[in-house]
Amino acid sequence: MQETMIKRAKELLADGTVSRVIGWKKGEFAYDTTPAVFETAEELDRDFAFDDFTAANVSKYLVKESRKEGKILAFLKPCDTYSFNQLIKEHRVIRENVYIIGIPGGPKLDAEKIKAKGITGILGIKNENYTLKIETLYGTETMPFYEAICGKCESCKSKKHVIYDELIGEDGDILDSNRFDTVEKLENMTAQERFDFWREQLSKCIRCNACRNVCPACTCEKCVFDNPKSGIENKAASDSFEENLFHIIRAFHVAGRCTDCGECSRVCPQNIPLHLLNRKFIKDINELYGEYQAGADTVSRSPITDYTPDDCEPSVVHERGVE
Amino acid sequence: MQVNDNNFQPVIVAFCCNWCSYAGADLSGTNRLNYPTNVKIIRVPCSCRVNPMFILRAFQKGADGVIICGCHPGDCHYTSGNYYTRRRITLLYSMLDFLGIERNRTRLEWVSAAEGAKFAATMQQFTEDVRKLGPNRRLEDLRCRKQ
Ligand code: SF4
Ligand code: SF4
Ligand code: SF4
Ligand code: FES
Repeated sequence: MQETMIKRAKELLADGTVSRVIGWKKGEFAYDTTPAVFETAEELDRDFAFDDFTAANVSKYLVKESRKEGKILAFLKPCDTYSFNQLIKEHRVIRENVYIIGIPGGPKLDAEKIKAKGITGILGIKNENYTLKIETLYGTETMPFYEAICGKCESCKSKKHVIYDELIGEDGDILDSNRFDTVEKLENMTAQERFDFWREQLSKCIRCNACRNVCPACTCEKCVFDNPKSGIENKAASDSFEENLFHIIRAFHVAGRCTDCGECSRVCPQNIPLHLLNRKFIKDINELYGEYQAGADTVSRSPITDYTPDDCEPSVVHERGVE
Repeated sequence: MQVNDNNFQPVIVAFCCNWCSYAGADLSGTNRLNYPTNVKIIRVPCSCRVNPMFILRAFQKGADGVIICGCHPGDCHYTSGNYYTRRRITLLYSMLDFLGIERNRTRLEWVSAAEGAKFAATMQQFTEDVRKLGPNRRLEDLRCRKQ
């Protein structure tokens, strides 16, 4: 796959279709493949990588990249195409300046899950028939591939590319995922239990803002959390209230626009399950206002900027089963 | 004074839209109807002016309950403002519930300029409901605690 991608990228660079390529390159370690922009065939040959650790969604970079001179080639996985579509809808990217090649999705791996098994000093990781052969400083370790996959891939919602100029490999289908299971489990708890659950999770937040910075829906030039008058800008929370405030508002701002790409939870250094907040909104929207998938198209109106005269009243919340 | 169940006086913040609910509150006043002094009214141009941040800030600064009042659906001075309010606030209240914040601390009620009696009754009922819950502890900011 990696070879095919490099070959195609070089062709498009050579015939002048694009002047840059956004993909991934190998990091310092075997497991930190990160997004990168390439301008020449030599750079592609030297650094371009597409492996089990290319979970990062490059759509958000296109907000800036698509405004530069010349066209850019972007390799997008199925989940990434939803983010890109949503950005088109919000007029955040210039579609004409991006040439999209759809590439197959994951499951991608999460290095933290490998390290959690006590495997350290990792030198190389190979996937042999869905068993990971991990070379370390201390010898070779193995573990099942599926025990190390990214949280977001565990509940993949679609293998279908919703936007592309060409595809490498086959296009897949929209999947019947189990992504609302945990939200449902929480809904069935008592308010006290939910409160305790979230206190435990949110109190871990160090306000690094990674979740916001990585989110393809969080593209505001000026973010509320950067407002020096808000008292909550760029600093760790000094009270549990500030933790709640940040998380409620962040999730609320992306409600109806969040494509459930899972990037926020993936990058959180504290392993806070942020996606559960986003999914709660998605689930509520689906149940109260009809099924809606942000990013599935570029024209539909986001449910939160829409209404019907006979929408339900907020009392539906108060009338739910036991608290 | 030590706060206990018998003398707890909740602070209620009521966001009232200028065109209906604020006038409704006015009417209940001119009709000499009683509603609890716990209620602090904040006038907003339209119910849809209420940003989720306002609601959270109210709790931060000491509110024990927050209620939003606007024109009845279909009657918004700006035609459709309250339809947006309805969706937005439903989702927000549901999220607060999801985080384990007591449901009865939040409410939304449509009150027209002619419904002075409804305004007073709503405020009485809501204040009573919040009083039963006791002080807001789950969404408070300890630095802002008064007693
Ligand atoms: S990425 Fe995690 S730790 Fe950082 S601000 Fe977001 S939730 Fe907090
Ligand atoms: S909130 Fe999280 S899942 Fe939703 S679009 Fe942003 S990064 Fe993706
Ligand atoms: S948190 Fe809100 S204001 Fe900040 S970037 Fe995201 S959507 Fe914009
Ligand atoms: S003006 Fe009253 S709700 Fe819009």
